[in-house]
Amino acid sequence: MIVYIIKRILVSILLIFAVTFICFVFINMIPSDPAEVVLRVRQTPIITEEAIKEVTQALGLDDPYFIRYLKWLRNCLRLDFGVSYINPSRTVWGEFTRTLPDTILLALSSLIIVIIVSIPTGFFCAIFKDSLFDRVVRILVFATTSMPAYVVGLLLMWLISYRLKLLPTSGSGGFRHIIMPSITIAMTYISTYIRLIRNNMLENMKEDYVVYAKVRGLNPWRISIFHILKNSLQSCMVAIGMSIPQLISGTMVVENVFAWPGLGKLCIASIFNRDYPIIQLYILFVGILFVLFNLIFDILQHLADPRIRSLS
Amino acid sequence: MISVKNISVSYKKENEKRLFKKSREIVIEDLSFSLDKGECLGILGESGSGKSTLGKVICGLLKPDCGDVFINGAPLYENKKNKKKCLVSVVFQDYTSSTNPRMPVREIIAESFSKTGKENKKDDILNRTISYLTAVGLSAEYLNRFPHELSGGQLQRVCIARALATHAEIIVFDEAISSLDAHTQVQIMDLLKEIQIEKNLTYIFITHDLTSVTYFCDRINFLYKGTFVEEIKVSKLSDVSNNYAKKLLYSVL
Repeated sequence: MIVYIIKRILVSILLIFAVTFICFVFINMIPSDPAEVVLRVRQTPIITEEAIKEVTQALGLDDPYFIRYLKWLRNCLRLDFGVSYINPSRTVWGEFTRTLPDTILLALSSLIIVIIVSIPTGFFCAIFKDSLFDRVVRILVFATTSMPAYVVGLLLMWLISYRLKLLPTSGSGGFRHIIMPSITIAMTYISTYIRLIRNNMLENMKEDYVVYAKVRGLNPWRISIFHILKNSLQSCMVAIGMSIPQLISGTMVVENVFAWPGLGKLCIASIFNRDYPIIQLYILFVGILFVLFNLIFDILQHLADPRIRSLS
Repeated sequence: MISVKNISVSYKKENEKRLFKKSREIVIEDLSFSLDKGECLGILGESGSGKSTLGKVICGLLKPDCGDVFINGAPLYENKKNKKKCLVSVVFQDYTSSTNPRMPVREIIAESFSKTGKENKKDDILNRTISYLTAVGLSAEYLNRFPHELSGGQLQRVCIARALATHAEIIVFDEAISSLDAHTQVQIMDLLKEIQIEKNLTYIFITHDLTSVTYFCDRINFLYKGTFVEEIKVSKLSDVSNNYAKKLLYSVL
């Protein structure tokens, strides 16, 4: 097991290096001169060749491609991602750490909603298969899956904030502000996980060990929880685990709809302003997040399943 | 002890092309038999004769279209409380799929008797689990092993221990030893015989293998197309009169 974990960690480190390289290449493939962008953003009245040259030298953009990558990588390891093109007085790392807590708060609250809603709903849908409850949930799941997050967000805004005047439409500052964006993000994941848990449980229900547990006269709820749900959740664990980085990276649209001052909103603003260092860090962060969570839940699944554990 | 009275079972024909009102296929028709405590009955028949369906009915897993199973005089399907009492236990053919792959042997066995709530202390549960394991010829070192870490014979022994742990007085063996090799089959059959005498259990042995039935059953019922065509004592096996039973017998001899 320890050998397997070490192997997975080494592979993940290599993967993170690949992510950094792809991230660097993609940003440099954008067909515009960063030096010119910097001058435009700083509202330089006349952009001359000399000015572009000066900024190119100042930003180290005249170095060979691979040297630039190595320099950038070295700086990344020191958590030095440069300064924002829009506001040179602010560092990229500073901007990132300023907005990250809000995004994590939003993702975490969405994850809690996803877990609280999808596990019991999926469970009861499987237990009462084809009942009225199951049918209604299936219709709702179908409807929410086919609706993009921003549509759900706008509909919620219209209903809860505009018509019912229960919650604020946008911004941050308190518990009331986080409810609607969290629900909007959670909605898509809830429908996915309800289906996942329901179908997984229905598959497990057909297993012989469940039939045998019934013959032994075990309490039906005990069978449903300890034999069916437990085994289904272990199968769904990786999917649920991988939804955490998805939640963090997927807040981008919702943060803009609800004016939530998180990382996603910063990233969208940076895309519009062509603030490449921030976009670069955002891509890098999301990439590393996916690699890390993949590693963590892969190891957890190995620990949870005795069959895989003994194989490795 | 147990009597099956006039049970009939039918299934919807699945491969029929009609959308509505699918016709039903009769699998078991007006079947009756009774068994005393400590007896061992062999139910012998070819594939598709309704053996496993009959096993499911006896275990309380499949409600028959008509008739009922009476255990100590009480109907199994009419009274729902009887089903919960777990009067019948079963050992399936596929030992791998009949055990939860994520449960260690300790939990697989203990779950059967700790459901009553009488065995609350951890030590009690552990001691009893070990005693059941020992009864089937396995030592305490198997307690923390998972099903995939055991051989076919060992896992089938665990399944037998689990069946014993339910305190059921009747145990149905649905092709329980068919998938084991000849040597392990003999070992398991000897073990079953030993346990039966020791605990005075009633066995119903469902199989297509005549050799294993004659090894330790008192009576054999030949099942053909959902009905018993002949019932005979093992000691008088040479006196079979039914053509199907004769054919089955001669095919082995």
